[in-house]
Amino acid sequence: MTDTSAPLPSDSMPSAPASAGSAPAAKAPSALARLARYTLTKMITLMLTVIIGVYLTILIANMGGFVDRIFEGQIREKITLAAAASRKMQEMPVAERNKLIEVQIQQERQRLGMDRPFVVRSLTFLTDALTLNLGRAQHMSSDSGSKQVRSIILERLPSTLVLFATANLLDFFAAVFFALMLSRKYGSLIDKAIVALSPMSSAPGWFYGIFLILIFASQLKILPFGGMVDAPPPEDTLEYALSLLRHMILPTLALTTSTIFGSIYAWRTFFLIYSSEDYVEMAKAKGLSPRDIEQRYILRPTLPNIITNFALTLISAWQGAIILETVFNWPGLGRLFFQAIGLYDTPVIVGITVIFAYLLAITVFLLDFVYALVDPRVKIGEGSRPA
Amino acid sequence: MKTLRDLSRYPSAIAGLVIVAALVALAIYTVIAIPYDEAIRLWRGGENIWAENPKNAQPVWVNWFSAVKRPETMVFNSLDATESGPITKKREAISAKTTDIIISFPFDYAYDTFPQDLTIFFTSTFEKKQPYVNVTWITPDGQEIGLGEFSIDRTYSFRIPQENKLKRKFKDVPVEQALFTNAPVKDTHPLQGRYELRVQALVFEENADVDAKFVLYGQVHGLAGTDHRRRDLSISLLWGTPIALAFGLLAALGTTVLTMIIAAVGVWYGGWIDELIQRFTEINMVLPFLPILIMVGTLYNRSIWLMLGVSILLSIFSGSIKGYRSIFLQIKESPYIEAARAYGAGNLRVVFVYLIPRIIPVLIPALVSIIPSFVFLEASLAVLGLGDPVLPTWGKMINDANDNGALFQGLYYWVIEPSALLMLTGLAFAMLGFSLDRIFNPRLRGL
Repeated sequence: MTDTSAPLPSDSMPSAPASAGSAPAAKAPSALARLARYTLTKMITLMLTVIIGVYLTILIANMGGFVDRIFEGQIREKITLAAAASRKMQEMPVAERNKLIEVQIQQERQRLGMDRPFVVRSLTFLTDALTLNLGRAQHMSSDSGSKQVRSIILERLPSTLVLFATANLLDFFAAVFFALMLSRKYGSLIDKAIVALSPMSSAPGWFYGIFLILIFASQLKILPFGGMVDAPPPEDTLEYALSLLRHMILPTLALTTSTIFGSIYAWRTFFLIYSSEDYVEMAKAKGLSPRDIEQRYILRPTLPNIITNFALTLISAWQGAIILETVFNWPGLGRLFFQAIGLYDTPVIVGITVIFAYLLAITVFLLDFVYALVDPRVKIGEGSRPA
Repeated sequence: MKTLRDLSRYPSAIAGLVIVAALVALAIYTVIAIPYDEAIRLWRGGENIWAENPKNAQPVWVNWFSAVKRPETMVFNSLDATESGPITKKREAISAKTTDIIISFPFDYAYDTFPQDLTIFFTSTFEKKQPYVNVTWITPDGQEIGLGEFSIDRTYSFRIPQENKLKRKFKDVPVEQALFTNAPVKDTHPLQGRYELRVQALVFEENADVDAKFVLYGQVHGLAGTDHRRRDLSISLLWGTPIALAFGLLAALGTTVLTMIIAAVGVWYGGWIDELIQRFTEINMVLPFLPILIMVGTLYNRSIWLMLGVSILLSIFSGSIKGYRSIFLQIKESPYIEAARAYGAGNLRVVFVYLIPRIIPVLIPALVSIIPSFVFLEASLAVLGLGDPVLPTWGKMINDANDNGALFQGLYYWVIEPSALLMLTGLAFAMLGFSLDRIFNPRLRGL
């Protein structure tokens, strides 16, 4: 759902290693115990975050129980219509027929679990979601006909991953690579061009998508308007892959256009700030090769940020992008999410949210340990208590 | 003042400022020229308001770039008839009650393509007996083609290309083309010159009268073109401006100012308040932003102001709260705060008078830079079909265009016009924010 924002390294500065330099406690407990305590508190806070976030999503997706009223109306209408169409029911006396309709409505409500109050049900939703027991969708079904939320999501996951993982990874590495290059050639023509182009990142990917469709699909007719493969899908694996590639060009290009200049600019500025540090000047004075300076004095201290961004890039790829997928008719998770909302299909909405919440929590959790590995200034456990 | 002088050193800032000023001027002009109610009436109006506009017509300026001149819409009304012409209306008494009314619409046709449609709207006054009308088409080379004879009601529209008799007569050549060529073959050039449409009406009562309005629907219309409902797109282009600006500015202002206040309060009071704010920010990261907006739009109300409120609410506890927090943490320790405390400044006074003003240099660039994302957010929602149900906006134009296959049909103007304005707005604020960032953040200066 990252349709609208370009990542800026400074925004995603990790919160944990803020007080890296705090003085060691006088009576330091053993390192292992400290680590265990830190890990535990961190896990508990993250878990609480996930629980509250998912519960809020459940409440919003049900509009605090309002969706139940919509459902009830739909059930009543469906059963009444079915009764009106059935010959047998028409021949019954009115009172009996109405009774039968009521019984059927009750049965249907029971089937969907709507006979219990919403508060109770929302807690069941929550425990189910948190245990990844995603259950059955209320209306949607996968293309293979399954109503399991798990199969619905798994069916769409590959198409989202193939597009967004490719595009995001491409953009990420290209941005970091070019930024490093530009920070060396600071002030050159290409550097100025990138700086001038960076406001282009204020527009989201779908916006460029429309233009790309206009040029390459509508006008030049060399690339498809949308979709993932040709219809009917080619039998041959190689042809299938080629067709997939052809369909991927425009959405990838759209995403790239909207992110690349902004992120190159952000990284470049970031690297430039780090390369004006005193220790870099010192290294230059010592006569180290530019390559050594770059690797040991610029890349090393910026590594935590690069890793944070990389991790966030990876998990944001998981969700796809609702509008880009809509514009390109791409059968991914973003569109699934949008369709689920349109059908008030809470299990699907909650399913996608909870998986994302877990991924985010796991990433944030792991990042703390990764920082400790890459940044000698950060010691796990010391930064955990507010200074 | 100093800021302005600093800004003038950045060409991108000047460009941004000029565009923003132009957009603001356009927005003010729009709100004055087409009042809100009028805009909504026009935008929601159906065929009765837009009957004289062609459908899906390109803007007039495509003619400037093309050797092929497409016709513009021409409207002739017999109410404008004068003695000297060009439109004339003559009455000839045939008997005591019967009168022959002859209305003539001569016009010059000097275009390279055929009109989209030809329609005559009749209005007549009579008591019992309907007038009888005979319509004739006269081409520049003197051919006379009978278009039809029929009795008319008090109002009657005669859509010439839809006449079955004419369709049969011209076989596979569309009627509106056949009437403009002397040798009816498919895909030829229209014959240029003076045409005439003659309406001869017989009225059978003393006070009866017939008037006709002849509309030749062009292929181009107005500065912005028209959409599938014949609406003039300039209305939504114009009205999209104040809406986009208001949405972007209000959302950016609300988000940044509230975020800043919350961060300041959290840092100053510390303890559980700070802790709560931080946890809230983390929870907010888990919540899916766009899906929640979509859910609110789908389930509650698609009003743009509700969307604005929800967007602000969801963006307050964003990642930037951590950025502000770290700045406030540094400021909190400054001696001048201690001095303020010493002479007895209260908590709120410290927060609002001593803490927050210090951060405004960081706030202004952030505020300006965040505007484009909200402008595009409104468009994004509209593209998903969740635009405000009554207001004409740029996003809704793109949505309409997408729904009606504008890109497939080659109606590019319909997509390009709102997109260009969106891009212009986004770029202007982005460039401005970018320069402001450099002016206010000395670390970035020169980078």
